Amino acid sequence: MFGDAIKRQLSGLGGSDAVVPPGMYRTLRRKITALMLLTAAIPLAIMAWLNYHEYQKALSREIQNPLRVIVNKSKNSFELFLAERTSAVGFIAQAYSFKELADEKDLARILKILQTEYVGFVDIGLINDKGELVNYVGPYNLKGHNYAEQTWFNQVRIKGRYISDVFMGFRKFPHVIVAVRHSLDSGESFIVRATLDTHQFDKIISSMGLEPGSDAFLLNRAGILQTDSQRFGKVLDQFSLPMPPPASEAAVLQQQDGEGNDVFFAYAYFPDSDFVLAAIKPKAQMLRTWYTVRGDLVFIFGAGVLAVFLASYKITDQLLRRMREAEEARELALRQVEHSQKLSSIGRLAAGVAHEINNPLAVINEKTGLMRDLIGLRDDFPDKERFLLLIDSVLKTVMRCRDITRRMLGFARRLDVTLEEININDVITETSGFLNQEALHRKIDLTLDLDADVTGIVSDRGQLQQVFLNILNNALAAVPDGGHIAIRTVGDAEGVSVIVRDDGCGMSKDTMACIFEPFFTTKKTKGTGLGLSITYGIVKRLGGEIGVESELDKGTAFTLRFPKHPKHEA
Amino acid sequence: MRMEDVNILLVDDEREFTATLAERMELRGLTVRCVYSGEEALKEIAADKPDVVVMDVMMPGLKGLDILRHIKATNPEIQVILLTGQAGTRDGMEGMKLGAFDYLLKPLELDALLGKIAEAAAIGGKA
Repeated sequence: MFGDAIKRQLSGLGGSDAVVPPGMYRTLRRKITALMLLTAAIPLAIMAWLNYHEYQKALSREIQNPLRVIVNKSKNSFELFLAERTSAVGFIAQAYSFKELADEKDLARILKILQTEYVGFVDIGLINDKGELVNYVGPYNLKGHNYAEQTWFNQVRIKGRYISDVFMGFRKFPHVIVAVRHSLDSGESFIVRATLDTHQFDKIISSMGLEPGSDAFLLNRAGILQTDSQRFGKVLDQFSLPMPPPASEAAVLQQQDGEGNDVFFAYAYFPDSDFVLAAIKPKAQMLRTWYTVRGDLVFIFGAGVLAVFLASYKITDQLLRRMREAEEARELALRQVEHSQKLSSIGRLAAGVAHEINNPLAVINEKTGLMRDLIGLRDDFPDKERFLLLIDSVLKTVMRCRDITRRMLGFARRLDVTLEEININDVITETSGFLNQEALHRKIDLTLDLDADVTGIVSDRGQLQQVFLNILNNALAAVPDGGHIAIRTVGDAEGVSVIVRDDGCGMSKDTMACIFEPFFTTKKTKGTGLGLSITYGIVKRLGGEIGVESELDKGTAFTLRFPKHPKHEA
Repeated sequence: MRMEDVNILLVDDEREFTATLAERMELRGLTVRCVYSGEEALKEIAADKPDVVVMDVMMPGLKGLDILRHIKATNPEIQVILLTGQAGTRDGMEGMKLGAFDYLLKPLELDALLGKIAEAAAIGGKA
């Protein structure tokens, strides 16, 4: 599918013989740029995405581990706290006899010692086999109460020890009951039951040293809060999130809290009691470093895409410029062929006409010549002088016609592309002869200053004629009636220079910069804009140089330079 | 050999031109025969061998260059001056390569033609 898309895009780049319309280049530019951007940006995006996720995963692990460790450690603290209290109660149950514990004074003393040695004990009571509270020291007035029907009583009778969930006790402090059974040799047993306030729980939690925004608390397996939570309510409230699956070791879940924030939920189930320690840390807080990294990644990705875009734009630009240049060169070549074909047909026509005219001209010439011969032989011919003058005039006119046809034939001959030794002065004389009539008509002073020492150069006569014809035509178009055009040749050992100077309208710098470009014309509808570009092409092909100097309203000078031998032949 | 004794054959399909040119040459005392096609020219050459042939290149039927080839093959001593209406075309150059004495462009100046005939006759050992 992607391949098809690329193929579709590329099909726009395929060459066709039709001349590319300018709008096509814009579409082409968009397509190429988009394609290059796509091919470069997609791997970049994939890499950035992979990087993002891999890093995030690694970072999560890095973040979860300490959380797990701290939860585990705190769970151990809790267990140690409870184990200590339980074993203290157990010790009392073992060390004292039922009788001693049943003594109110003794029990009060024991409670006092307990409270001194262990923080958190609130009361202590002795319960006999039947569930009756035999002795009690503490803030409640519970003596005589029967616990036989209570679940915990049965549990302690079966398991030997029992730690209760938290409940609200006297003075509205949360409390926990620790109960231990002692079996006597007689088979009877009694239970020592003590109440602890959970103030110590809060202490352990605060010793976890969690940052602000994080939360840690104790739950029971039923999801009832056993300590106050910063965000999930007070002690004995129902925990709003679902309970995590039981695990013997501390585990970390990634989930959302009640408000939809991503959080790490670290927890540990207590193996010997009903408690679950939970710690909740907002992800955003823990991933703060990650966000910096992500910022960098986004920046690098953005910069990469921008660089790719700029590069592809630049490359496309160059590519299109080359294409356009090639297209223009091809078009120019086509036009040149068209132009020379046109010239060729004109040339053939001219040759034919010249030939056809030359024969009758020859007849006129001979007939008139015979007339002159005959009249010359007769001394008594009336008005002999007058007739001879008239005949001479006819003969001169015939010769003028002959010159015209010869020039036409010369024009036709130019189309045969051959290199031969040429005297450039002859070529210039012949070519300027074509324009004499127009120059005469417009009273333009067309002067030739030809260096007699010009040596022959190897070149193409016809092509040279076209060059001079083009330049002289331009000069004629530039000068006003009565203006001046001067052609000068200078020969030296390496070749010939030709300077064609006119005092016409001249050109601005902007115009001068464009004159050799194809299709550039100042003649509006009259010109094709090809003359000087063809001239330039011919001069280059003949191994020559062409230069121009011009000043607005002062005139223009074309300087052409031809070597004795062209370095590269046409 | 004097100019008057040079045996000249004029060949051109343009009768008005050929006849008039011949008349002008006769007025100057030259011996000139006229024919108006290549075929006639071959017959005339066979009948009476000329010293100099003045011949148009472009003719219907046998072309000037064909006759030139024939002359140079059979009678190389006959000098041929070609006439052409097309300046500097391949025909003129080709003729020179085939052994023509020279070629002249129409319309021509009579004096120039007479000069060429004199030169050609001299080479042929007549003048």
